[in-house]
Amino acid sequence: MTSLACYLLVSALLFAIGLAGALTRRNAILVLIGIELMLNAANLNFIAFWRYGSNPEALKGIIFVIFSIGVAAAEAAVGLALIISIYRHYKTANVDEINSMRG
Amino acid sequence: MDWIVHHLWLIPSLPLLAAGLSALARRRHRSFSAGLAIFAMLGALFLSCVALSNALQHRDVQIFNFPWFQFGDPGLPGTMLKLGWVLDPLTAVMLVMVSFVGLLIFIYSVGYMAHDENFTRFFCFLSLFAAAMLGLVIANSLLLFFICWELVGLTSYLLIGFWYHKPSAAAAAKKAFIVTRIGDLAFLLGMVWLYSQTGTLLFYDGGNGCLEQSALAKIVAQTTSIGMAGSTGIALLIFCGAVGKSGQVPLHVWLPDAMEGPTPVSALIHAATMVAAGVFLVARVYPLMAISTETVSTALKVVTWVGAITAVFAATIAVAQNDIKRVLAYSTVSQLGFMMMGLGVGGVAVGMFHLITHAFFKALLFLGAGSVIHGCHEEQDIRRMGGLRGLMPVTFVTYALGMMALSGVPIFFSGFWSKDGILHAAQGWSVSHAPFYLGIFGAFLTAFYMTRQVCYVFFGSARGSRPEEAAISKSSPFDLRPSTLGSVPHESPSVMTVPLIILAVFAIGLGFLGTPAWPWFQDFLSGKTATVELNRLFDTHVLRLILLSSAVVLIGLGLGWWLYGKKPAMKAEDPDVLERLPADIFVLLQNKYYVDEFYDRSVVRFNGWWAWFCSWLDYWVWNGAVKLLAYAVMGLSWLSRFFDEYVVNLGFDEGCQGVSQGGRLMSRLQNGRVQNYLRWIGLALTVFVLFLIWGCRAS
Repeated sequence: MTSLACYLLVSALLFAIGLAGALTRRNAILVLIGIELMLNAANLNFIAFWRYGSNPEALKGIIFVIFSIGVAAAEAAVGLALIISIYRHYKTANVDEINSMRG
Repeated sequence: MDWIVHHLWLIPSLPLLAAGLSALARRRHRSFSAGLAIFAMLGALFLSCVALSNALQHRDVQIFNFPWFQFGDPGLPGTMLKLGWVLDPLTAVMLVMVSFVGLLIFIYSVGYMAHDENFTRFFCFLSLFAAAMLGLVIANSLLLFFICWELVGLTSYLLIGFWYHKPSAAAAAKKAFIVTRIGDLAFLLGMVWLYSQTGTLLFYDGGNGCLEQSALAKIVAQTTSIGMAGSTGIALLIFCGAVGKSGQVPLHVWLPDAMEGPTPVSALIHAATMVAAGVFLVARVYPLMAISTETVSTALKVVTWVGAITAVFAATIAVAQNDIKRVLAYSTVSQLGFMMMGLGVGGVAVGMFHLITHAFFKALLFLGAGSVIHGCHEEQDIRRMGGLRGLMPVTFVTYALGMMALSGVPIFFSGFWSKDGILHAAQGWSVSHAPFYLGIFGAFLTAFYMTRQVCYVFFGSARGSRPEEAAISKSSPFDLRPSTLGSVPHESPSVMTVPLIILAVFAIGLGFLGTPAWPWFQDFLSGKTATVELNRLFDTHVLRLILLSSAVVLIGLGLGWWLYGKKPAMKAEDPDVLERLPADIFVLLQNKYYVDEFYDRSVVRFNGWWAWFCSWLDYWVWNGAVKLLAYAVMGLSWLSRFFDEYVVNLGFDEGCQGVSQGGRLMSRLQNGRVQNYLRWIGLALTVFVLFLIWGCRAS
């Protein structure tokens, strides 16, 4: 087994843990944390493919990931702000109770 | 042209205004409406006298015409409808007669109707009648004449049915209206025919009127499909109107029934003025009646024969009547027949002279009868009167004068001279002598039935009320109701007797205006200057006729007195003297020759049957057809509704339900739980990845 596959396995595991967290947790913040985990799994993939790719000298993967992390930070900020405002409105952060978009 | 010719319209307008104001008055404004009507008549009388004096000076036809309205293309001839009024001797004497007699009857009505609660309505109708009658007299257009003619018919209807709560009065009013309408229809047709031929309805229009030479020459030259001259057809149709209005045979049936109205109405409308309107119509269109290529026109022959037959026919009926007003009514019919005969044989002057004298003495007789009825507490049966001579002296004297004038007692009474004029003309008629003999017989009957009536009413002893009433009042001496037996007949108040006296004076005096010695009236109407020539009176022709008619009248009077006066009936139930003669004749006369019954069986029944048939046709055939169509449409619409409800709606509903169910199913997915969405996304992703893997394997 190559080391790339190991990385990808770790990444897949991380993604699965994140997905499980996002799906099973009821607290909106924990769901957000799960999403962040999945994002980081994707970032790990980027790095792994870059590192074992055909041209590791060009710093494309690093830059991509840095961008991705930046975007994720902004996204987390926005997500948290949304959660706070939802909490203020509904007095709860339980995503099961926030279902006013129900059809 | 003089002021009065321009302002002739003022004469009918005054009573019209009074009628309009009376119509607005309330029931308790009795003296207001009576005073208004009387003053309006006074004004009309004054203006009529002015008109008469004007006519006396000018003696020719003076007219005032004005366009009423324009119809059709102004360039075409005969599209301008003109109205106007005319002042000639004929109009002038009628104006004075109508307004004078009318005024007296108005004054009399104040007394006669004093107890009636609809006093103001009565005077409103009377004034309206006077307005229409005066308008008819001044009209210079057949159309204006016809309008007023119909208006007097309307007021006659209103006044006959004045006591409309009595079924007999309501029926009589309807009868009068419908029977005269038959004549009026013919009149209207004649008028339309005349207009279509001459293009004008003005009597006189400076040479263009329908009674003037150019128009007459045009219509006399025309021939109708049955070979009659156009003028004859028109004249006969117009005469039909006169027959209806003047109660000539066979349309006389309404006039005796019209006596259901109040007595002043009978005097004014159904004796003196309105019924004379038919005679006046014939006199007015006399040039049209007389124009012919022969010596005597067919129209005048018809007028003469109808008049002569009516004169005798009605006089025989009058012999056997027991109602005081019905005797006078048949007498009126008979005298109107005399007038028609006079017009036919002798011309305008002869007929009109009898019209004027008759108006005065017949109004007098009717008012006298009203006074008798009033005094006897609404008793109208002459068999239940009797002995009133001493109780009602003024009424008796005036009534006797009127009766003698009507009978034609020689020399001193107007009726003698006017009837003599008619007989004289009839004697000289070139066509036949039969009208002369009929006239003589009519004069004899007139004297006879009037004597019979006066004997019954004023002579003998009081025969009083009906026996059953007498029995009732005997059995209950404490009954304080005013019964017919209990109260003695009394003389009427002076407001009623003074008009009687004035009319009596005229009933005598008027005759001297038209004697053969000084035929002022006749010459005035024909535009000549009268001269006094006593010799004319002793002309053998004239003298013989005077003696003959005097003898006939005296025989009539004597026979009447011998049968009824010498041995007056003692009880109301006594059979009439004439009943001892062949009784069938008396019964026949008493039942008026069964003319009413005949009309009932024929015309009225046929009409009723026809109306029933029309109603049946309407109900079962036309109504059925309409209903069938309606049901067809209803069936169609029901089918359409069924299709709508069960086909279109059902399919649509089904479709909608499907959509809504689908929506409901889909909306379950949208349950608002974020993690659910994520779960689906994850599932889909997994499936997608598995699919890719499977796809790679396959390739």
